[in-house]
Amino acid sequence: MTAPNHRWRKFKNAWMQAVTFACAILVVAPLVLVFYHLVKEGFSSMNWAFFTQLPKPVGEAGGGMANAIVGTFILLGQAAVLGVPIGVLGGVFLSEYGSSRLNWWIRFTADVLNGVPSITWGMVVYALVVVPMKGFSALAGGIVLGLMMIPLVMRTTEEVLQLVPNGYREAALALGIAKWRTIVQIVMRTALKGIVTGVLLALARVAGETAPLLFTAFGNHFWTHKLTDPISAMPLQIFAYAISPYDDWHRQAWAGALVLLLLVLFVNAGVRVLTRDRFQRKA
Amino acid sequence: MELDVLKQKLLTMASHAETAVNQALQALNQRDRDLALRVKEDDRVIDQFEVEIDELVIQLLTKAPLASNLRLVTTAMKISQNLERIGDEASKIAKRARDLSQEPPVKIVLDLPHMAGLALDMLKGALDAFVNNDPAAARALIPHDKEVDTLNKQIHAALVQHMVENPDTIGRCLHLMVVSKSLERIADHATNVAEDVVYLCEAQDIRHTGIKSQAAPPAGA
Amino acid sequence: MAAIANNMVVTAPTPPIAANTTALTVRNLSVFFGDNHVLKSVSLDIAARAVTAIIGPSGCGKSTFLRALNRMHELVPEARMTGEIRLFGDDIYAPGIEPVIVRRRVGMVFQKSNPFPTMSITDNVTVGLRLNGLRERKLLAERTEQSLRMAALWDEVKDRLHAPAISLSGGQQQRLCIARALAVQPEVLLMDEPASALDPLATSKIEDLILELKKDYTIVIVTHNMQQAARMSDFTAFFYLGDLVEFDATKKIFTSPAKKQTEDYVTGRFG
Repeated sequence: MTAPNHRWRKFKNAWMQAVTFACAILVVAPLVLVFYHLVKEGFSSMNWAFFTQLPKPVGEAGGGMANAIVGTFILLGQAAVLGVPIGVLGGVFLSEYGSSRLNWWIRFTADVLNGVPSITWGMVVYALVVVPMKGFSALAGGIVLGLMMIPLVMRTTEEVLQLVPNGYREAALALGIAKWRTIVQIVMRTALKGIVTGVLLALARVAGETAPLLFTAFGNHFWTHKLTDPISAMPLQIFAYAISPYDDWHRQAWAGALVLLLLVLFVNAGVRVLTRDRFQRKA
Repeated sequence: MELDVLKQKLLTMASHAETAVNQALQALNQRDRDLALRVKEDDRVIDQFEVEIDELVIQLLTKAPLASNLRLVTTAMKISQNLERIGDEASKIAKRARDLSQEPPVKIVLDLPHMAGLALDMLKGALDAFVNNDPAAARALIPHDKEVDTLNKQIHAALVQHMVENPDTIGRCLHLMVVSKSLERIADHATNVAEDVVYLCEAQDIRHTGIKSQAAPPAGA
Repeated sequence: MAAIANNMVVTAPTPPIAANTTALTVRNLSVFFGDNHVLKSVSLDIAARAVTAIIGPSGCGKSTFLRALNRMHELVPEARMTGEIRLFGDDIYAPGIEPVIVRRRVGMVFQKSNPFPTMSITDNVTVGLRLNGLRERKLLAERTEQSLRMAALWDEVKDRLHAPAISLSGGQQQRLCIARALAVQPEVLLMDEPASALDPLATSKIEDLILELKKDYTIVIVTHNMQQAARMSDFTAFFYLGDLVEFDATKKIFTSPAKKQTEDYVTGRFG
């Protein structure tokens, strides 16, 4: 081993380490930047009024985003009702039943749908739901978010179920337990944390969708009392305030964005906590 | 492979035993005192072989051999035991040969050479059957054991007769009786080896059945 | 479903099985995976209340044979079989017979122990009963103790029946799987290399357990360990490349096998 060669290799090593470190920083940097900005601009507006009051009419100071926050949760609730059963059961079908050809096509379709721009979803649901109903509604908003969730939940459920070792299925079947019971009470039960994680992450994702809601939920300055009425949601309200000319509304938009980010953050953190390994397994 | 080492050792031990019997009988015939002494010395070699083979067998048993390997290992132990006894009998013959060489020969006609020839043939046959994995040859020699027994009885009777008539030959006649007995024993041990060879090759235990000339079973190993 | 479950779990005493009864008769069994002819016209009788060992080199079809005995080979999509298998006279492949029914009479223990991770020890033992409709707590508790005793595990776990099953050691987990299989009271127990993933002490515990179990159950065990087969089994079947080469009493197979292939395999000349 000649001395110059050794020095060159050491240099290469250090150089690679520095470059990859810089790239990692570059990945984290935008998040830090966003977070910093949101906190700087929005934290001051996050007061009690923000969470409990309706938006004030144009020109008046104060008011809050209470209806938007509630609206977001109502929409997510509906989305879950639509997206979770279909998505999970679809994932079960892909993992446990079906033929390899059929399943390939289903997976392909789901992956394509996952890539469809959210505004397209909005337009489709506009044509299918809003037009026949002759109006925007919370229902339409829930439907579009639910539809967007389905392929996502389906794929994550399938993947999580595939991670369950085949040995458990075989052991259950060898005991004379019927296939569907094996799937529900053994396989899904083992994969439950993963399924819940997938659902929560899908919900967190659709919580921030703005474009589809423009065509379906539309937004509302007041409380919504019927699912067939338009409803406010945080992304919508943030959008409306952000493009307005009023400073007060701008500050509230920042606050809304911060709240949304915190929501996503908490869901992700919650998922991490839920899925940690509680026992140390013996060898 | 240790099984090959085992077989080799057995074969070497066998040739030593065969040589010992040959030389002992030669010493007896030719009244060769020195040869007789050498046979006694060489018996130690045979005894050492028995010890080595037993150790090797124990070692092999820890590897849990099966089927023909199992049969080889267990019969190896028994064959080596028989060979060691044959060596001892050869030693006894040599000792008596040495004693007889110190005294004038007895004037008696005995079937001893014939008996010695039979015993030697049986021994050689059994050992060849082992070398060649030939159970048929092994079975073939077993009936001769009866012949040897009969000869021993005859020689015994003749010697007793002679001793009664010529009391001054009692010492020498007793030596000859021992020689005859040893030859009979050698034939017995050769028979044991033949039975072990049959078990090794065919997994048939033909000991103590009384049907000593049983035909071989149809299915081969 | 409940009716079947009731039929199965009401503990009628098992009819006494006479010595030398045949538990399973296999006639001309052939198994295909797609075009792959994995088992070629195998015929043999599995004796009741005895241990039958299946030996042979990798890929000889012994696991496939074992799985055909409780229709587990049907889990592979392109599997099909011809021939007949009768369990105490009942054709287990008859048109109206559900695999589920067969598997309650013929249980299986696998090479890698697989207690259900989300369940406690006692829940694992009773899972086969509960998921088939039995809810009566008293009966479940009785059956738990009975099965854990039969699996020689009761004394080690009786104070922590509600601990997670995965907190047990490897050998204990395998005994738990045996208890789980025994809880549904099968007539035959199939074991696919049950001790191959265990250390020698755990292995010998499992072997002792099997020798105890054979007093009440018919056991068929696949093993690649010939000394184990020689130690534990009454009968041994030697498979090679899908054919049943030789089937006989264990003593005969391991001291003087009739076929040269068997001799070569047993003495380690191949495989």
